[in-house]
Amino acid sequence: MYKIAKDDLNSLFRLIASGQELYLPENIGGQVNFAPWSEEAEVDLDTLKTVKSPKDAFFPQSENLYTVKRDGKKLSVEPEKLKEQSFVVFGMRACDTAGLKVLDRVFLSDPVDTFYAARRAHGTVVALACHEPEESCFCKVFGVDCAEPEADVAAWIIDGTLYWKPVTEKGQALTESVKELLEPADDEAGKVEAEKDAVRGIREQLPYMNLSLEGWNGDALAEKFDSPLWEELYKPCLACGTCTFVCPTCQCYDIKDYDTGHGVQRYRCWDSCMYSDFTMMAHGNNRTSQMQRFRQRFMHKLVYFPANNDGMYSCVGCGRCVEKCPASLNIVKVIKSFQDQGGEKA
Amino acid sequence: MQELINRAKELLADNTVARVLGWRAGDLPYDPEPAYFETEDALKDFVYNGFCGANLSKYMIEASKLEGKTLVFLKPCDTYSFNQLLKEHRVDREKAYIIGVGCKGKLDIEKIRKQGVKGIRGISGAEMTDDADVLTIDTIYGEKTCAYQDVMLGRCHVCKGKEHKVYDELIGESRETTDAERFAEVEAIEAMSPQERFAYFKKELSKCIRCNACRNVCPACSCRKCVFDSNKFDSSQKANADSFEEKMFHIIRAFHVAGRCTDCGECSRVCPQGIPLHLFNRKFIKEIDQLYGEYQAGEDTESKAPLTDYTFEDAEPSIIGERG
Repeated sequence: MYKIAKDDLNSLFRLIASGQELYLPENIGGQVNFAPWSEEAEVDLDTLKTVKSPKDAFFPQSENLYTVKRDGKKLSVEPEKLKEQSFVVFGMRACDTAGLKVLDRVFLSDPVDTFYAARRAHGTVVALACHEPEESCFCKVFGVDCAEPEADVAAWIIDGTLYWKPVTEKGQALTESVKELLEPADDEAGKVEAEKDAVRGIREQLPYMNLSLEGWNGDALAEKFDSPLWEELYKPCLACGTCTFVCPTCQCYDIKDYDTGHGVQRYRCWDSCMYSDFTMMAHGNNRTSQMQRFRQRFMHKLVYFPANNDGMYSCVGCGRCVEKCPASLNIVKVIKSFQDQGGEKA
Repeated sequence: MQELINRAKELLADNTVARVLGWRAGDLPYDPEPAYFETEDALKDFVYNGFCGANLSKYMIEASKLEGKTLVFLKPCDTYSFNQLLKEHRVDREKAYIIGVGCKGKLDIEKIRKQGVKGIRGISGAEMTDDADVLTIDTIYGEKTCAYQDVMLGRCHVCKGKEHKVYDELIGESRETTDAERFAEVEAIEAMSPQERFAYFKKELSKCIRCNACRNVCPACSCRKCVFDSNKFDSSQKANADSFEEKMFHIIRAFHVAGRCTDCGECSRVCPQGIPLHLFNRKFIKEIDQLYGEYQAGEDTESKAPLTDYTFEDAEPSIIGERG
């Protein structure tokens, strides 16, 4: 365990950024999102949830895959370079890092997504424990401990001091590279333990923390899929992509070609099951109504994903969708609606 | 609120309407959702309070296709959108039973959060019956208070007025919330140098995540299929690949709704990144007012819209070049 005064963090960021890219939460135009650090950056470590999750650092919203160039009758194909430089993401939360585990299941299983794999290999994550969890949080429901994030380095901010605990080899390596700014603090482990206890105590008072997932699992397909509830639940949905684009675990993407006028840029971009062209194929679309698209999002997170991933849900309870849905719909409301039909835990 | 529920029950019971379109209470104090109620029993979850900002007019496009009448609750500003949709033949007046509801200004949960309020358990002062100027918020981190005025949606500060423009009956009083000049924000941007203005919009629009919430919530964006959703279009509606949002998407959308936008402010309310999208539309409204005479979309269903009508007095396009 090490420590550094919160007021000295800018020196830490400067040192990290001198050798590699550093992404962290910044206030840009009044909104806090992950962005590359610069001297002018308005770093904000107090806002609990960035608008977008930090998954962009590993799985950007849009990225080029390759470029085809035409020169007369000759075509050349230039693949996009994979990430080769190391980088650090500072300030992810426990839910965000749990989100990476979900993405790992998708992108690191066969066939491995080389773009994602390269970023995972080169990225080091410093995660911040939550100090004041909020009413929209429900991480505990999905087995995430906001008091002790799983990352390369786990960190706690307590009374103006940041406590720094390297967890993995990558975390050790990063710690070595910034050791000149860190002070050993093994004797203060008790403070961190007390903070963890306090945060876990606060967590228990949050309205969603004891949400029951009973009835939601990989075997629930037939029962849930045909439920008449979906016809009611989807109605307020505006079919926008907000929930999917702020989500730390949504991983669907589309591959498209951009005509540059003298060639083609093949890129991929996040897709949203809420969009009308989601999974559009040559033969057409197998989800033709908004109800079907709406159902897909929740069935994927709570039924299909656990069915294919040893019971792992693909929601981490970050609550971004709870805060951002323009129609105030969210996964909690969906889970609860089914419980009201008779699934609620006693 | 009970008065609204009672009236809705009566109208359902005597078969005047087949369903009710209103807001259903969520399980947090600030997240009611637009909802249909088809039985008197279902109305136990009906809510109408300061967090019911959602404009239900656009939902009436789909409701107009259903069997029977839909009772819809509209706030004064929502009625402008309904009228505009009527004018564009997108909703059916015969399918709507409109109860105009009073409004004391709608609240912005983001502004409450920006005041450092978190861990919210309960909010009092947001009810319609309560004429409180202060919200008292019970949080797990202690009690907080916010001045109602400080946490209202931006649009309520430039409210178009307490009058409903279309309705079958009215329930509830409205409160005067205007405390700013409608075009002040636009004028502040006009006063910037072109470089400053470009930097301002670049910074704001760079935040866009292409969620399309602004478009999907917009009552003026009622095309059955948006041009941006075409798979023959070269730029994806979901990729924030380059500066497309900064220079094209939002500007094209603003042009498309020019003269039809009622300034309902839903675009800015729903933007997850807090982009002040209404500024584009309000700039157009200001220009139209100056060049074609004052015009408020949705004020009535008969008047001809300035951009779809022609008169010999119409401004020549060159006026913009001459004026700068």
